[in-house]
Amino acid sequence: MRDARNKPLASGRPATIAAFKDAALVGLATLGLGFPILAYRTEQNISNQLIIEPRWALAFSFAGLAFALRLAWLMTSAGRSSIPTWSMPVLSKRAGDTISRAGLGILLAYPFLALWITGPGGAIKWIDNFGIQILIYVMLGWGLNIVVGLAGLLDLGYVAFYAVGAYTTALLSTHFGLSFWLCLPLAGMFAALWGVLLGFPVLRLRGDYLAIVTLAFGEIIRLVLINWVDVTGGYAGISSIPRPTFFGIPFNATETGFAATFGLEFTPLHRLFFLFYLILALALLTNWVTIRLRRLPIGRAWEALREDEIAAKALGIDTVITKLTAFAIGAMFGGFAGAFIAARQAFISPEMFVFMESAVILAIVVLGGMGSQIGVAIAAIVMVGGTELLRELDWLKAIFGKDFDPTQYRMLLFGLAMVAIMIWKPRGLISNREPTIALGAKKSISSSLVREGHG
Amino acid sequence: MEQRGGTILAVEHLTMRFGGLLAVQDLSFSVERGQITALIGPNGAGKTTVFNCITGFYRPTQGRIALTNGTPLSRPLLDRLTGSSLRHLREGTNEVFLLERMAGHEITAKAHVARTFQNIRLFSGMTCLENLLVAQHNALTRASGYSVLGLIGAPSWRAAEARSIERASAWLERIGLIGRADDPAGDLPYGDQRRLEIARAMLTDPVLLCLDEPAAGLNPRESAALSALLRTIRDADGVSILLIEHDMSVVMEISDHIVVLEYGLKISDGSPESVRDDPKVIAAYLGVDDAEVAGAEAELDATVAGRST
Amino acid sequence: MGIELCSWGDMDYFLQQLVNGLTLGSIYGLIAIGYTMVFGIIGMVNFAHGDVFMLSTFISVIVLLILTQILGISSIALALFLVLIAAMVLTALWNWAIERVAYRPLRGSFRLAPLISAIGMSIFLMNFVQVVQGPRNKSVPPLMTDLLVIPIGTSNITISLKQIFIMATTALLLAAFWYVVQKTSLGRAQRACEQDRKMAALLGIDVDRTVSITFVLGAALAAVAGVMYVVQYGVVNFSDGFVPGVKAFTAAVLGGIGSLPGAVLGGLLIGLIEVMWSAYFSIDYKDVAAFSILAIVLIFMPSGLLGKPDVEKV
Ligand SMILES: Nc1ncnc2c1ncn2[C@@H]1O[C@H](COP(=O)(O)OP(=O)(O)OP(=O)(O)O)[C@@H](O)[C@H]1O
Ligand SMILES: [Mg+2]
Repeated sequence: MRDARNKPLASGRPATIAAFKDAALVGLATLGLGFPILAYRTEQNISNQLIIEPRWALAFSFAGLAFALRLAWLMTSAGRSSIPTWSMPVLSKRAGDTISRAGLGILLAYPFLALWITGPGGAIKWIDNFGIQILIYVMLGWGLNIVVGLAGLLDLGYVAFYAVGAYTTALLSTHFGLSFWLCLPLAGMFAALWGVLLGFPVLRLRGDYLAIVTLAFGEIIRLVLINWVDVTGGYAGISSIPRPTFFGIPFNATETGFAATFGLEFTPLHRLFFLFYLILALALLTNWVTIRLRRLPIGRAWEALREDEIAAKALGIDTVITKLTAFAIGAMFGGFAGAFIAARQAFISPEMFVFMESAVILAIVVLGGMGSQIGVAIAAIVMVGGTELLRELDWLKAIFGKDFDPTQYRMLLFGLAMVAIMIWKPRGLISNREPTIALGAKKSISSSLVREGHG
Repeated sequence: MEQRGGTILAVEHLTMRFGGLLAVQDLSFSVERGQITALIGPNGAGKTTVFNCITGFYRPTQGRIALTNGTPLSRPLLDRLTGSSLRHLREGTNEVFLLERMAGHEITAKAHVARTFQNIRLFSGMTCLENLLVAQHNALTRASGYSVLGLIGAPSWRAAEARSIERASAWLERIGLIGRADDPAGDLPYGDQRRLEIARAMLTDPVLLCLDEPAAGLNPRESAALSALLRTIRDADGVSILLIEHDMSVVMEISDHIVVLEYGLKISDGSPESVRDDPKVIAAYLGVDDAEVAGAEAELDATVAGRST
Repeated sequence: MGIELCSWGDMDYFLQQLVNGLTLGSIYGLIAIGYTMVFGIIGMVNFAHGDVFMLSTFISVIVLLILTQILGISSIALALFLVLIAAMVLTALWNWAIERVAYRPLRGSFRLAPLISAIGMSIFLMNFVQVVQGPRNKSVPPLMTDLLVIPIGTSNITISLKQIFIMATTALLLAAFWYVVQKTSLGRAQRACEQDRKMAALLGIDVDRTVSITFVLGAALAAVAGVMYVVQYGVVNFSDGFVPGVKAFTAAVLGGIGSLPGAVLGGLLIGLIEVMWSAYFSIDYKDVAAFSILAIVLIFMPSGLLGKPDVEKV
């Protein structure tokens, strides 16, 4: 396919014929790919026997679509030039700051905007499913960014620390009645401790191997959560986790509740507003700490480690301590996020901490552009928000029939988007590195010079 | 400042084996304080391997590498240290380190040995200034109260940071790169990268600076500037230098002492003049010269002719 | 329960588990080869390989149903033979397309990009199968249920025909595959690319083609594993790619990544360990065992049993 594209397509008939041939091949290949899996659907019949139903129309329409798209691609100018490249407009620092400030303003006003635009009924969805959900991933992305983006350590088991934070909060609050505000720092501490424990044995490993071992650790923790039923409740998880309070004042309709205390009319929105600002504060804390740390020796040592571990060692940097602090601090923020999710849902189970979560968080970091705070935030909004938006596409049922459920396609599209963004921008959306200090004006550093780390 | 003369680094019976390959065999030499010592030899002689043993990247198969910090190496102290299981020992102003027992980063941080690499290892995605700040990591970490003072932006930290930037700028000035302070190191031309790597090593406050082929890839003018720089490092900064170099003009011009390796074995050791005139060195390192080759060929022909009759 | 092999009854049980372990191990070994070959040639962990295997199980089930229900083939042997061929071809086509679309454009770019792309592919495949085939388990009637009773000493062990079929087919296909990569020019091209891709290209080896063929071969073997899986267990599900994938990857690492015999050896070991663990300790923690082995091997002997150590020169 690609070969044909790279050949300069001379104008005129032969080119058209070549394009047709190429597109026909693509269509045929698509048909081959779809042959049994699309063309037949397996179904359990009444006597519980597996039967197949042909669905050739679907297979042929996909093949036809592939043919048409390929042909269109080849015939338009896009196909004639070699790989198309778009580049993000490079923002000046001034513009970047303005955007950050505007973004912060929008975030602070967001729940009120949602309430104002969609009314109390719609606001729940927009604050909870979009606002809070996205912010959780922004926070997790920023936390993991310390490990992957700054220190260059590829961690595929980040969800383990999220789980540790969530279970710490759940267990401490249900068994010992500790309040959320006590559980939060403890969850961070425990997660950091686990970060060190799991980080220690893998220090020597590099690249993909490190990724796989961290994946294994993440899975081990999840499997232990499943099997250690006495403590964790197994698959059933832990429920009735106390909700966070407004510094001791609960969000309920009683006389001592939030609404009564502040003389407001009770509505569940109060709690949502509170949760929104809570996760926003936690995420901004993560961001602030990361930005600060980058300018401190430890942050520079992380980046030095990512650039060249051997050189860093030769400068007297203790790579063991440096890596462990990256693991610990990254894990701590994961733990905070875990504490938040436990309190938000009031229920947690091992199924919330599957490998897919780690993959999604890592994808957000890499798609955003490793090391770029704003890039990670954009990626979280696009990927999580985008898939959440699919829930809103009920009107598609009118086109594709009643059985069409757009939410089914959420993760399918998520996977495709990951592939597409990587091919489009292998170094992520914002790949330039901002220097941490400058004598004169800061100039951002082209991603081609920035290394990605070995370990 | 520091006391002149006396041994600063003693390498004794150093052996390094990679599987079946003896990269360094029973090598002993010493580096004198305040001198530039050159380690030369043909490709693959084991020079970089010696550096890697000294700086803790390889653990030697055998041998002792002692470094002293302060007064000249005290033998009784060294013997006591060797007998113990410690890594360094201090007695009054005498301090001795056994480098083969120390980890790579400790050798730089505690024993104050710094190095550069044969294939430049700058942090290419960080600016020149950042590279030089990373070199001051250990001092700055302490000043930042292990990040705590730094996070809250304490004045003591700010002052320390300002000082470190000043030191870095001074070095950038010295190597003529102050104008490129904010450019990524990976963007610099080759010769500038070499100098920046030396500056970065110097900012770790070394007593011994190990340079692996610093003149490789430099043009004659840059080589001359490098020689001058190394001399000022020796004379003004009082740092002893151990140098691997193939460029004989640089070596002969600035070295006080030369050690020659071939196939992991030391074949010569002495002043530049004595090494230059050593027939073994001429044969091994500089290659057998044309007249000798012609002579050998004639001899060979004669032997062959003699046999066939 | 401890491992005490005092009576023949226990011995019987042990031998039975041994056979089960080897069967499972054959499946892991076949998948592991795909990981090892791809890692060897382009240094990438093909994260989607487990899902390619899962896809092949669905292809096998559907083709089997087409053959038996639509075409009315009643000979199980013939049906299985045709399923094997079809699954190998179709899965190979899938993997070829995946490499072409998701990995080739990223070759030689940023190191994390292919890994992320592969994770994306894995997510896509899993959800694609879920969407087009539904989330429920699909089970086929038991195949080759005949049992063979083999007397050993005073006791008998029973081996089902399908287990013999699985092990024999695996051995046969491995031998054929071994021949291909050792004795043909393709194998030479592969090894050349493993050593140095740029140099191989300069010497006139078509690197793209060699990589494509590697993916095709890896997928074909994964498809064999898929057919065996269907024969052995009879149930397939869209989410059944991840865990066998990780275990096969463990097998590849245990055997020494890059080494083909290592992959098979590792597969057999992982299969045995898993089965023995479940038989004698606790079925609950069998996956923990597999993941722990993965972590331990990577940490303590990253070059595996038969792999070459990887040293970094300073
Ligand atoms: N990590 C290692 N593993 C195996 N062999 C090694 C290793 N490091 C060095 N060698 C071998 O040791 C020998 C000496 O290498 P070394 O790099 O020390 O030579 P050198 O004198 O620095 O040469 P050059 O002038 O080319 O830099 C070489 O044969 C080299 O291949
Ligand atoms: Mg060398």
